[in-house]
Amino acid sequence: MTAKRTLKDLIAGKAMFLITAGCGVLVLVMALGLLIRAWPIMQIKPLHELLFSVSWSPMKGDFGMLPFIMGTLWVTGIAIVIAVPISLLTSIYLSEFALSRIRELSRPFIDLLAGIPSVIYGIWGVIVIVPLVKGRLAPLFGVSSTGYSVLAAGIVLSIMIFPVIIHITMEVFQAVPAGLREASLSLGATQWQTVKHVVLRRSLPGIIAANVLGFSRAFGETMAVLMVAGNITKIPGSVFDPGYPLPALIANNYGEMMSIPLYDSALMMSALVLFVVVIFFNVISRYILHRIRLRIS
Amino acid sequence: MRSSFNKFEEAVFRFLMIVSTLVVLGCLFLIIGTVLFKGIGSMDLDMITRTPQGGYYLGKEGGVLNAIVGSIVLTSSATAIAFLASLPVVLYINIYAGKNSRFAELIRLSLDFLWGIPSIVYGAFGFIIMVYFGISASLLGGIITVALFILPIMARAMDEVISLVPVELVEASFSLGSTRIETASRVVLRQTLPGIISAILLAFGRGIGDAASVLFTSGFSDRIPLSLTQPAATLPLAIFFQLGTPFPEVQERAYASAFILTIIILIVSISARLLAARFRRHTIQ
Repeated sequence: MTAKRTLKDLIAGKAMFLITAGCGVLVLVMALGLLIRAWPIMQIKPLHELLFSVSWSPMKGDFGMLPFIMGTLWVTGIAIVIAVPISLLTSIYLSEFALSRIRELSRPFIDLLAGIPSVIYGIWGVIVIVPLVKGRLAPLFGVSSTGYSVLAAGIVLSIMIFPVIIHITMEVFQAVPAGLREASLSLGATQWQTVKHVVLRRSLPGIIAANVLGFSRAFGETMAVLMVAGNITKIPGSVFDPGYPLPALIANNYGEMMSIPLYDSALMMSALVLFVVVIFFNVISRYILHRIRLRIS
Repeated sequence: MRSSFNKFEEAVFRFLMIVSTLVVLGCLFLIIGTVLFKGIGSMDLDMITRTPQGGYYLGKEGGVLNAIVGSIVLTSSATAIAFLASLPVVLYINIYAGKNSRFAELIRLSLDFLWGIPSIVYGAFGFIIMVYFGISASLLGGIITVALFILPIMARAMDEVISLVPVELVEASFSLGSTRIETASRVVLRQTLPGIISAILLAFGRGIGDAASVLFTSGFSDRIPLSLTQPAATLPLAIFFQLGTPFPEVQERAYASAFILTIIILIVSISARLLAARFRRHTIQ
């Protein structure tokens, strides 16, 4: 009886280990898969030409990705500029100032914001943000715009990354020892002074990590951006210009990619670029968060 | 003088913080409100009871039943697979390897990385797998890709609850002579059931709303998929395609489809909360 139970335990352990190990190497398998598929084009074209050339015409065999990389950077940059102050202030309010009842009440709503599908963000962007940019914001600066612009995409993206940044920042704030806050308050500092000089200073690395994660989330977001960014292969000159971010390029061209030589390889290479950038930012922020967690325990 | 400036500064920031919080929550209500309001006007019974008929994308009659069924079948299967894969992972790192072990940390790190990878990259990777195994764009391809995409979401959410199980509870079970798998399945699993159910529903919600991962892999079809090898329509893609047509009638249907998807997402998130609360009474506090 005992032998049977021990055997069961061992077999279950081995099987579970195999699944766990498979899960552990999945990142590497993905990297390898993308690399293999991107290899043909990387062999023919030098990397700097692929990444920094502006000429993109698959029919002629030109695969310069700079317009798409710039499109992504514009969109992500705008998103982060809008999202950082708003989500930081929200996190401070919810974690340091609001009554605990309000904090608990707002949590499911922020989770819900994170759970809205990107295509819903996209359709909302088309209904609300695009006309807003076209009818209000662009005329305000004396520019004409179709509304389908990097600004519209940036605004939609910023809302999508609010919950990511707020969630992690609030956790970072909770990790600041209560004793530090009490020491500051007992010296006569006001609540805001305590936040400014103690909480924010103490959690600065964590705040950076949270925003880097938000940035990398925005970097790979596809559908919402695809629907509002305008998708014109040209480096945007202003926030009211359309852009063509990298994820949108992949999503838009999957249909025809098998019919033109090297096209699929070029698209897989753009997926690889996304993968590498996102993993890079994740490594940085996870490292910071890991260090903080070590400091806590 | 100095202190009055401090007071002013505090008041300004307090104001800004409240405004920011209202902006964040306001965006949520604005998005859901807009989509529901726009969608309800274009909703009719045909949308949820019929598949697209001839000329549907030109404005002729029909509905998106194909996409509703496709989405639900695809995401349910993917969720089941992701569950079968992520449960062993989470139990292994927490019970067998030890929740603070180096191995557990390594797996958590790799799950974090997987969580951060954009869904379009999962789509591309799923496509590579399908080409490798010679699968064409089909329900099966979509299931595999979405399962991979939601695996880290589910595993991280489960790990969050399972790693919080008190060590004493696990040790008490061991001291009564249970093996690790018995402890895992009869004590830890039962104790964390509410959290596990929320994790499953969370992953289902993410899976059903994602379009970029199924774009390459599941294809699109006006018919309800009857086997794994047939292409399957999904709601997010139906929204995207309908909005992309130049016909206002079809765009109206995109709003109606967005309405359906939003309702599904709301039902899933609300029931995740309710179920979690309901199952919580079976756990030892």
